[in-house]
Amino acid sequence: MSTTDKWPIVRLQKVNKHFGNLHVMRNIDLDVAPGEVVVIIGASGSGKSTLIRCVNGLEPFQGGRIEVDGKTLEPNGASGKSLQAVRTEVGMVFQQFNLFPHLSIRDNVTLAPRKVRGMTKQQADATADRLLDRVGIADQADKFPGQLSGGQQQRVALARALAMEPRLMLFDEPTSALDPEMIGEVLDAMRELAKDGMTMMIVTHEMGFAREVADRVVFVHGGEIVEEGPPERVFDEPQHERTQAFLSRVLKH
Amino acid sequence: MELNFQFDWHAAIASLPYLLKGLPYTLLISFGGLAIGFVVGIVFGLMRISPTRWLRIPAVVYIEVFRGTPVLVQVLFIFYGLPTLLGGPINALTAGIAAIALNAGAYISEIVRGGVQSIERGQREAGLSLGLSGTQTFQYIVWPQALRRMIPALGNQGIVSIKDTSLFSVIGVGELVRQGQVYIANTFTALEVYFMIALLYLAITLSLSMALNLLERKGVVG
Repeated sequence: MSTTDKWPIVRLQKVNKHFGNLHVMRNIDLDVAPGEVVVIIGASGSGKSTLIRCVNGLEPFQGGRIEVDGKTLEPNGASGKSLQAVRTEVGMVFQQFNLFPHLSIRDNVTLAPRKVRGMTKQQADATADRLLDRVGIADQADKFPGQLSGGQQQRVALARALAMEPRLMLFDEPTSALDPEMIGEVLDAMRELAKDGMTMMIVTHEMGFAREVADRVVFVHGGEIVEEGPPERVFDEPQHERTQAFLSRVLKH
Repeated sequence: MELNFQFDWHAAIASLPYLLKGLPYTLLISFGGLAIGFVVGIVFGLMRISPTRWLRIPAVVYIEVFRGTPVLVQVLFIFYGLPTLLGGPINALTAGIAAIALNAGAYISEIVRGGVQSIERGQREAGLSLGLSGTQTFQYIVWPQALRRMIPALGNQGIVSIKDTSLFSVIGVGELVRQGQVYIANTFTALEVYFMIALLYLAITLSLSMALNLLERKGVVG
């Protein structure tokens, strides 16, 4: 569902980022339309995680601008109030889940809606139970993160992000820390979310999933967007030799 | 003069009512000082890890000065030295509480710093990514976890500070050791009285250890 005619919900313009002498993002231009699922692929250290971490301001950048849902993030962390406003509208799922270990599963999900959205405990609990049911862990709500499997924890993390009713979801290698038998359950939950029309930016090494779910695949190498397009084109007829080399390595096995 | 190597239990028991008069002072200096020291430790510990230089530097100076000098010298300075500067005497009890607060505060600052820095960066990032402010993220996510990790080190510091109060007999606070010394001067029962004093300290420190163990076990989830 590529709706490029609509105003983009995310717009990166000439974004540059340096880690010391390392130029980790080079003139990144990227628009994401509402409802679009963009999968970002590339080797480790290519800058793909850094790219999506810039979108909700977890990483500062030095040049260019990023617009998210009409709010502008400025270079060098000078965004001020709009930073928190952006984060309120953008959900994120991390590689290491990052659940809050001292809070129950339900409280993990209700914390932000209560403290940021000002929901009452009853409202937030109802939302949490609905979302936990949706990701298939309604019966675990009173447990603590340490008592759940990795796959379950990551689905809680998804429910926690969704509780803020985000306009955009970021996924930073959501299945990379999981045992193989748990990857499927997390991808299924993400597939459902994509089907419901959520705008998603996903960094992943799951190429089969990327091909199936992505509206657009973006290949990043050396901090640059080397190639992008519909999954069939990027995967089956990659134009750039870097893309070809990368895909031949990851698709071989 | 007859030599007597017998431990005289009657003398030990007889000293107890007198020693117990010192107990409230020992407890007040210990726990009053530690309570203030905890607040001081939180403030300076957080200043110590602030990104702002002019908050970090005074914290470093405070911590190094009060960790690097003996608590006995600190209390003597406060009790005998400060009045010269202030132009009026300082109550011995106040001086004792202040010395424990400042000394324990310096150590607790480092405990707070270590506890907060031990929380994985991902916890803060998860909080911020949900739209919580920096303060909310600290209050609801980082601090509760850090506090739990700090409990064993805080327990250690508590025990050290309780024992440090025994030094304050030198400024004349009527705490356990001071009471004991006065009693011994009249009865010549040093063996029995110091034994009883040791037992009383042990009772206080063991109670604290047990209370903290309970607190730690109650919060092991997660």
